[in-house]
Amino acid sequence: MKENYRKERIARGIKARSDDIYALTSYKEMWYLLFPRFVPIVGIALIAYFFLPLYWKKVAITTCIFAMLAVSWDFLSNCGLLSLGQALFFGIGSYTAGSLDHYLHLPIYVTIPAATIIGGFISTAILLPVVRLRGIYFAMVTLILPLMLMRLIEATKILGGTEGITGLSPLPNVWSEITLVLAAMWASLFGLRRFIASDYGLIFVSMRDNDRATMASGINIYAFKAQALFIGSSICAFCGAFMTHSYQFTGMPVFAMEFSILPIAAAAIGGIGTLAGPLVGAMILVPLSEILREFGTLRIVFYGLILVICVVALPEGIFHYASRKYNEMERWVRIE
Amino acid sequence: MLVYGLINSAVLALMALGFNLTFGISGVANFAYGAIYVVSGFLTWTLINHLHLPYAISAIITISAIGIFGGLVYKFIIRRIRGLVISEVIATFGISIVILEFLRYVGFIGFKYSLPVFIKGSVEIFDAYVDIQRLLIIAFGIFLITGLYLFTHHTKIGLAFRGIAQEEHTSLSLGINPDRIAGWSMGMGSALGALAAIVILPLGTITVDSGYDVLISALSVCIVGGLGSTFGVIIASFIIGYAQTITATYVSAHWTMIVSLVAILIILAIKPSGLLGHQKELEERV
Repeated sequence: MKENYRKERIARGIKARSDDIYALTSYKEMWYLLFPRFVPIVGIALIAYFFLPLYWKKVAITTCIFAMLAVSWDFLSNCGLLSLGQALFFGIGSYTAGSLDHYLHLPIYVTIPAATIIGGFISTAILLPVVRLRGIYFAMVTLILPLMLMRLIEATKILGGTEGITGLSPLPNVWSEITLVLAAMWASLFGLRRFIASDYGLIFVSMRDNDRATMASGINIYAFKAQALFIGSSICAFCGAFMTHSYQFTGMPVFAMEFSILPIAAAAIGGIGTLAGPLVGAMILVPLSEILREFGTLRIVFYGLILVICVVALPEGIFHYASRKYNEMERWVRIE
Repeated sequence: MLVYGLINSAVLALMALGFNLTFGISGVANFAYGAIYVVSGFLTWTLINHLHLPYAISAIITISAIGIFGGLVYKFIIRRIRGLVISEVIATFGISIVILEFLRYVGFIGFKYSLPVFIKGSVEIFDAYVDIQRLLIIAFGIFLITGLYLFTHHTKIGLAFRGIAQEEHTSLSLGINPDRIAGWSMGMGSALGALAAIVILPLGTITVDSGYDVLISALSVCIVGGLGSTFGVIIASFIIGYAQTITATYVSAHWTMIVSLVAILIILAIKPSGLLGHQKELEERV
């Protein structure tokens, strides 16, 4: 019997969805819009502040950091810049914060913002020559760069060499860490979502969709790609700077493969291109990998497997699926 | 130094050929290439040391097994996502990580993992002592390049390779199945990687980390040479090979990895399609 039916999807009609009218007619509709945003924000904050033991609070911080890396990865891929080296941005931010603290003895409320901006500038400057490349060519270079920088630091013994820089000033306490990282995470997520949805952000998305058409419209896509790089890498640089102060250490591990691969895995699980999806993915993956910690490097094997399986079998991702279920009514209708 | 530069270039060319073959023909950037290289080293090692097979036979088994593996990867994974660049890169990169990190987990680390050289001994050329193994690498490089040329110009599959590389839809209308041929190219690329591993690895120990290094070398040679162009790969490997040797001699061995990056940056700034890339490739890249 089922072959005589088809599934019909209808968007839930509320007035807020239309383009110009912003009239919400009932609390129900307001709640309908607020629910998917309000619940995670409050829920995660509550859990992170009150319900976790100290060790898991640290895990929650790491989760948020990886979530930000994943969101930034997704933003870059939204702009047509496929990065295989978030570790590059992360590491640059980390080293910047570390050296500002270690060599210039700046206080922590200077180093983190400074490292965010400077790290973004350095990363953009490094990648500026290759910003003309598309797709996999850009991906190749971003894959190579963190490994190269690792070698460079190992070879020249600058910035602490293989030992790294230790004894950096810590953040005041775990509460302030959580507050800072949660604020940064939600700010970057909602900020980027709004940014992408704006007219200015439209240019960034159009670079991914068809960069030659964008060029033909008289837009200098290299300038915009550089801006996208700066935004994306600044977020990662903030993560690096934050983690540096959280662990009071910076060194070669900041260029580790994990910082590149986990954000991509999170994005692949959560749904590429939604910005919120990668965040959901990171919220699933990082605690999971913490539980699997006893398996050691086998964890990275899991990430790899998840990547392959998700990309091949579930190209849609969790977030696309969930938002479809939430925003659309489905019913079976008889085929006429 | 001249001789060592030549050997270094031959090593690079061997590493890059397989990657280049797959990419040039099917357009799939095989980021699992480094992993395949390392796996074939360990597979040969296992066949020799645990099953006590003769060297030649285990080499042949490895090459064919890895070739079949590459073909299967294409058939079951890549074929479903072909053309979606992001998915391709993520999937092959994922495969590479699964293989390499699994090997690391299982514990293939240590000095005992090294392949024997084919022929022991060394000869003196221009006041430099050179192992025969290193000379064999050069010979293999020349042999492979000629072999590839003959293969792509005079066999049916080889011609089909060039066909789908040039114009996939036209070749489809001429009765060439692009998916099958792309699978073949993936398999052959992997087999070439295995061959390169077997020839090169006797020079040192097999380490998991070298998987990433090989991938980087192959990538940089291919980017400099112009992706998909075999002749470009040869020239690029000579340039990078000699540059690396010169750096290692006059500056420090640590700086050799930087050389390829600098080469990439210079090439991209001057001629974004690579030394011998064609106009079509230029459009794809920039």
